[in-house]
Amino acid sequence: MALETETTADAALAAGAPTAEPSRLVRWWRTAMRSLAPVILALIAGGLLMLALGRNPVSFYVNVWQYGVASGGWQNSAVLMAPLLLIALGLIIVFRAGIWNLGYDGQYLMGAALVAGLGPSILPSWPAPLAYVVLFLVAGGTGALWTLLPAVLKAWYDINEIITTLMMSFIGIGVANILVKGPFQDPTVNIPQTRTIPFDKMLPDLGSTRVHIGVIIALGAVIVVHYALTRTSFGLRLQVLGANPRTARHVGINLRRVIVTSFLWSGFLVGIAAAVDILGLWAYVRANWNPAYGDAVIPFVFLARLNALVVVPFIAFYAVLSTGGDLAAQQVNLPTDFLLVLVALILLFMTVIEYLGRRRDMGQSYLSPGLKEALRHPLVRRRSAQ
Amino acid sequence: MAGTQSPVRVPAIELVNITKRFPGVLANDRVSVTVQHGEVHCLLGENGAGKSTLISILSGMLRPDSGSIRLDGAEVGIRSPRDALRLGIGTVYQHSTLIPALTVLENLMLGARSRLMLDRDGARKRLAEMAAQLGIEVDPEARTGDLALGRQQQVEIISALWRGSRVLILDEPTSMLTLQGVEELQKVLRRLKERGTAIVFITHKLHEALAVGDRVSILRRGRLAGALSSQQLASSSMEDLRAEIIRLMFGEESAEIAGAAELNTDLTDVEEESGSSTPVAEGDVFLELKSASARGEGTEPGIEEVSFQVREGEILGVAGMDGNGQRSLAEAIAGQRRITSGTVELFGVPVNRLSVSARQRLGLRYMTDDRLGEGIVRNLGVSLNIFLKRIGEPPFWRWGRVDRRRINAEASSLVKAFDIRTSGLEARAGTLSGGNMQKLLLARELSFNPKVVVFHKPTYGLDLKTTEHVREVIRDLVRDGAAVVVISTDLDELLELCHRVAVLSRGRLAGVVGNGPDAVDQVGSLMIGMSKGQEAA
Repeated sequence: MALETETTADAALAAGAPTAEPSRLVRWWRTAMRSLAPVILALIAGGLLMLALGRNPVSFYVNVWQYGVASGGWQNSAVLMAPLLLIALGLIIVFRAGIWNLGYDGQYLMGAALVAGLGPSILPSWPAPLAYVVLFLVAGGTGALWTLLPAVLKAWYDINEIITTLMMSFIGIGVANILVKGPFQDPTVNIPQTRTIPFDKMLPDLGSTRVHIGVIIALGAVIVVHYALTRTSFGLRLQVLGANPRTARHVGINLRRVIVTSFLWSGFLVGIAAAVDILGLWAYVRANWNPAYGDAVIPFVFLARLNALVVVPFIAFYAVLSTGGDLAAQQVNLPTDFLLVLVALILLFMTVIEYLGRRRDMGQSYLSPGLKEALRHPLVRRRSAQ
Repeated sequence: MAGTQSPVRVPAIELVNITKRFPGVLANDRVSVTVQHGEVHCLLGENGAGKSTLISILSGMLRPDSGSIRLDGAEVGIRSPRDALRLGIGTVYQHSTLIPALTVLENLMLGARSRLMLDRDGARKRLAEMAAQLGIEVDPEARTGDLALGRQQQVEIISALWRGSRVLILDEPTSMLTLQGVEELQKVLRRLKERGTAIVFITHKLHEALAVGDRVSILRRGRLAGALSSQQLASSSMEDLRAEIIRLMFGEESAEIAGAAELNTDLTDVEEESGSSTPVAEGDVFLELKSASARGEGTEPGIEEVSFQVREGEILGVAGMDGNGQRSLAEAIAGQRRITSGTVELFGVPVNRLSVSARQRLGLRYMTDDRLGEGIVRNLGVSLNIFLKRIGEPPFWRWGRVDRRRINAEASSLVKAFDIRTSGLEARAGTLSGGNMQKLLLARELSFNPKVVVFHKPTYGLDLKTTEHVREVIRDLVRDGAAVVVISTDLDELLELCHRVAVLSRGRLAGVVGNGPDAVDQVGSLMIGMSKGQEAA
């Protein structure tokens, strides 16, 4: 009779039947496992890989800790967290609405090029607070502007945003390069790069550390975004749109407005990330430079289930892995690209768990229905989000 | 009724007590159907009656919750479409599954068991044989995309038989065909019967069932409402059969009420009870459609030049088989669908250009039929789901900030008033039963001074008690001076509730009938697409 029970369970599952609701604790545990398991499995698999290559994984991970956290390494990790967190927040906002913004590279580099290009002229001559505010707004505004076309195309013509944001990203990267090599080129050097922001005009550090106040700005943004997503009508509208566009239309949510505003906020935060990063860490932009923060951030955004608070420890983990891992890899004589292998392993295990989770009822998918839909039909217009 | 077949023959297919349940809906309730070799068995019923579920089970797309399937007398388990094909059950779906860019021959070879090399010549010979047998002319090298729909369907039938099917399921096969196509199909069916193929023919058109069926089973709300044996079909007059089938399709009570003169007084009592003691015609017009048209979406047809008025204190029913533009009508009124021509007026003011929420503020409410897919957000709590149509509005939101305490206080009194059975206000709405979900929607739509309410299948899939509750709520609503439109495929329901019944057919208003003794017959005729006038002619 095993056959029969399987049949009924399957049928109930397929129909999404309201079977016995697991308790809150069980649900929490499943969610937590689903979020942490890929990371843990990736670290283990990465260790096995190192063993196979004849390296000592224990000393590698100890070194990651040594360089990334202990003996002042945490300061580098914290500085790296600032742009990563801001981009993560920007992604969380659109992903919650069931919309993909994959144009973060273009949005970031446009903001970065403008800040690095205008900063050296504005900062020495204007009062510092005013200059910072203007540069932040310029970067944020540019990032937002760069999402406007995909937003309008999606809101009015239901054109798939995966394609349009990616294309806008390439345009943004190209335009940023033109700006760096053209109007913003540092006339004193032969390398294609902008002038450098004077050291004393950079964002101030906290006490005697190398951690600048951009990190505080990013953490503040986490609080603000989390509040907006969980306590305001804006957040609820995003959630309803993300959960089910048909419901959103039915209950009278202005879909176009929600799509455009969520896109604009997303681009704005990515732009702010660029401003914080240039003003706090880099001080200039070189042509063809692209840190591609967003690519690294995306898996963690989904592991954190689009929760702005939960994403902080994940980003911290990645920042430590990234800063500590660079040196640790060199120590055991591995290329630094080995870190990419670890991130790829996380993605791999996320995929495996997603697949298993669909087979057995193991907590919810990492992706919301709207995001899945956009992936399934990238080339056709979707009637659902009219 | 159906037990009169000779016991000597072993039936090709027996479905025994098939039950299939979806959340909130009993799609098939102990349905038993028998199909003999060389016989066309028509399954007749409205959409939503359970026909599709039944054939999905037979073709392996769904698995039944209980019940068994016997093939040539032996019990079989059909766990996948592949199983069904292996057992010789072929299905021709409503919409073409041929690959338009490939030729007829290539399409057929796709379905065959694959060897490494394609046996083109063998296939060509086989096609010629089968085509001759079925009386079909078909060019093996024609691209299927270039063929007329009727021809494509013939290729699909050949494709189903290609794999040796002895049972053929035809799902609404005439829905895409011209008259000539239908005739050709009937010819093919006769040839198939001669070959001994058992045919299950799904339709919602009565005259078709009578024309092709050797036996007709009528499904209604997931149950087998009745069956007509071949003897009955042969011996009764067309007129009697039609009356009998209408009775089976749309319910016994309504037919009885309509038929028996002494019950007519009861009906007027019901009307008086529903608050229409003042003549309805005197209320102000709350909702009016003036030749309103809207485009359809997907397979759902749009509406064309629909006009009607609904007055204060009146319930207008909209009857019609499912998929005749009901959703387009409801959404056009609610503002979820653009009106391409004509106007929708609320209280005498055109609202074509007003958004969904602006119409809500005027007092318009639309209760959707798609509770799970459109009505609620599963992962959101019950209380927030009740307030989804008021997002951002004071006093529940102030300066955009949600006032959870206020929402929960209001929600808890609504949960009590509408008797929503839930484990708590924060329980996810997706965990509610179908009936409680419906009550949640009622609470949402009716709690803030509604003036015009459109109900779409308000009691679909609900148990009797909840059904009564919902109908009572609707009656209370008009008693308090609202205007109500009830769109339903359940004619009993419309006759019980409504003052007038409009019939929607292929997106057009086929007519409006006053609720009275003849209503069932008139509405039934309008639904099936032959008005009284046509019949007499």
